[in-house]
Amino acid sequence: MIRRDARVGVLFALPWIFGFLIFLAYPLIASLLTSFTSFSVLRPPTFIGLQNYNELFHDQVFYQSLTNTLLYVLGAVPLTAIVAIGLALLLNTKVKGMSIYRTLFFLPTLVPMVALGTLFLWVFNGDYGLFKQAFLKVGVTPPGWLTDPTWSKWTLILISMWGCGQAMVIYLAGLQDVPVSLYEAAELDGAKSWAKTMHVTLPMISPVILFNVVMSIIGSLQIFAVPYVMFPGGAPARSAYFYTSYLYDNAFQYQRMGYASAMGWVLFLITLALTLIALKLSEKHVHYESN
Amino acid sequence: MTAREVVGLSAAALVMVLASIAGDRAVTREGRPDKVTVTYWEKWTGDEAKEMRKVVDAFNASQDKIFVQYLSISGVDTKTMLATAGGNPPDVAGIWLEQIAQFSDAKALTDLTEMARGNGLNSDYYIKGYWDPLNYRGKLWALPSTPASIALHVRPDLVPADVATPETFPQTIEGLDKLVDRISKKKPGGDLEMAGFLPSNPGWWNWSWGMYFGGKLFDGENLTLDSPENIRAYKWISSYAKRFGAKEVQSFQSGFGTFASPQDPFMQGKVATEINGVWKGSYIRVYKPGLKWFAVPFPYPEDRPDLKGHSHLSQDVLTIPRGSKHPKEAFEFIRFVQRQDVMEGLCKGHGKNSPLQKVSEAFFTTNQNKFIRLFDGLARSPRAFNPPQIGILVQLRSEMDVAFQEVSTEKKTPEQALHDAQQRVTTLWTTYKHQVLNR
Repeated sequence: MIRRDARVGVLFALPWIFGFLIFLAYPLIASLLTSFTSFSVLRPPTFIGLQNYNELFHDQVFYQSLTNTLLYVLGAVPLTAIVAIGLALLLNTKVKGMSIYRTLFFLPTLVPMVALGTLFLWVFNGDYGLFKQAFLKVGVTPPGWLTDPTWSKWTLILISMWGCGQAMVIYLAGLQDVPVSLYEAAELDGAKSWAKTMHVTLPMISPVILFNVVMSIIGSLQIFAVPYVMFPGGAPARSAYFYTSYLYDNAFQYQRMGYASAMGWVLFLITLALTLIALKLSEKHVHYESN
Repeated sequence: MTAREVVGLSAAALVMVLASIAGDRAVTREGRPDKVTVTYWEKWTGDEAKEMRKVVDAFNASQDKIFVQYLSISGVDTKTMLATAGGNPPDVAGIWLEQIAQFSDAKALTDLTEMARGNGLNSDYYIKGYWDPLNYRGKLWALPSTPASIALHVRPDLVPADVATPETFPQTIEGLDKLVDRISKKKPGGDLEMAGFLPSNPGWWNWSWGMYFGGKLFDGENLTLDSPENIRAYKWISSYAKRFGAKEVQSFQSGFGTFASPQDPFMQGKVATEINGVWKGSYIRVYKPGLKWFAVPFPYPEDRPDLKGHSHLSQDVLTIPRGSKHPKEAFEFIRFVQRQDVMEGLCKGHGKNSPLQKVSEAFFTTNQNKFIRLFDGLARSPRAFNPPQIGILVQLRSEMDVAFQEVSTEKKTPEQALHDAQQRVTTLWTTYKHQVLNR
């Protein structure tokens, strides 16, 4: 009976197994092998050992794109986390019509990335843009959001807030799991709103924060579509040229699949390292109910 | 469920997947079972695609053996490359001239030398400036679909009357600069209101500025991005950042609409002059009918009168990717496009000049672009230049773009920016020679 169940189980899992083998396992192994070759797609790959990795570590554009990406991660991850938690706290209050507010705040995340990029091209337009007009109203000359190399990354970091709805929903679910008894106990001890948030709410949702931060780090390291639309070629002066843009250009513009594959694996290692660091740092700050 | 049933079901699923793939192939490749179907991928959409469709329809109507299936494909270059690698390329691919070296080095193209020779398509048939770059390393890899030459477009209503005709407009770069100082306007707050000229608009050919000062980017063996002529050109570019203020230009330009819209800065009167291709006239006709403009050759440096009448040439080209199923039939179609009457119809429809040596008088007299003779003349000029033939042109252009932006935003001096670009491209070129050319 158990064997028969196992067979049926395998049968139902077969589509996933096929998908995993064809669309994940094979490309993973192929890209690892390709990273040790010179491969222009049209000609058979030639084994060149570690040359791609060696070149990568001497490549200025690699460092520039990596620095841009890490700066973006440093800016976008905390900002989206703070905004999402703030929104979740507001949307966790008992106000009439709350489900409508929740829907409204989640809706922006449904906008496709390319549409989002196009929309923000207008919002940050140096002549007619909403931001420019708002700044001028208060007598401040706005910076060149799209054209000044100093500001291009900040523009993207600001835009990253647009997609915080997804994290917000997860925080909201976490907030609703916080036992009311803890708040009551805190109130008996004389805790006010701020103290309750800092000493009850945040510790109780810390596993959710960790999950969202890790996912946000992984997502931010792979930022591609919005800068690709808003800052073609990473302009101005490659200030908005990110790691995945350089990877894409190497693969599909320069036909350097071997080099692009090496970049892919380096990104994987960086992602892994940052995730492990985040997990390690969180050990003392994340509280699980089972603890 | 037995193991046999599991295997059977899996096999059935696999057969269904394969059948759907094969079915798709059958539909797309064999659209007309009575004729050989030639698949043609082209970059164009909109009116340009419509004009090419007319050519395809005329060819199909003239044929009882071949049927050309025209498909507008975005990112046609990348997709052609990947389809070729996958062994299922289109029979004809409409790519850009700039990609010939890269595609040829990657062995992605079919050599057209013999087929062209056999059909009388040779250097005598085409304008030299268009024929030469179709050949790379001694072989012919493409034939033109539509070509272009580049000139300075001027709004006579935005320049003083004494320079408001092609005959009286300044011929030198120094003269243009003086005019720019004379006519550019700033708002009371310091923002730019109208610029006489901006080297960064439309910003499509940042790599080419050195050539307008007599420079080169590649001498056939070595890269020369930081040559004195290129540095001089980039110093001239930086003079515009100083003239208007780098931040002011950035802010001003971020408000420009796209060229294919009424918000185009030239059509809107935000710039009085603009370097652009022969096609500009067609866009003006569509988006700002009635707008007065004229075109002149881009000015030359005062101390280099030998450069007078220079122009940058470009071309859309037709190629047969390697592995095409019907190369002979594909060439039959390409040959049809090269017929003088067909080519003139297509170029006229696109608002471009013809790449052919022989051009009918009617092509000029009935052309909607009243400066078509100027563009034709620029294409025939011995000073006309093409992009360098090098397999890393995409990277080279990207590095020149970055250098241009660094100079325009005053992040680096022209010398620094071009030196850095030179170093980076030299490394890429060494790797390319080692990994691609020497294999």
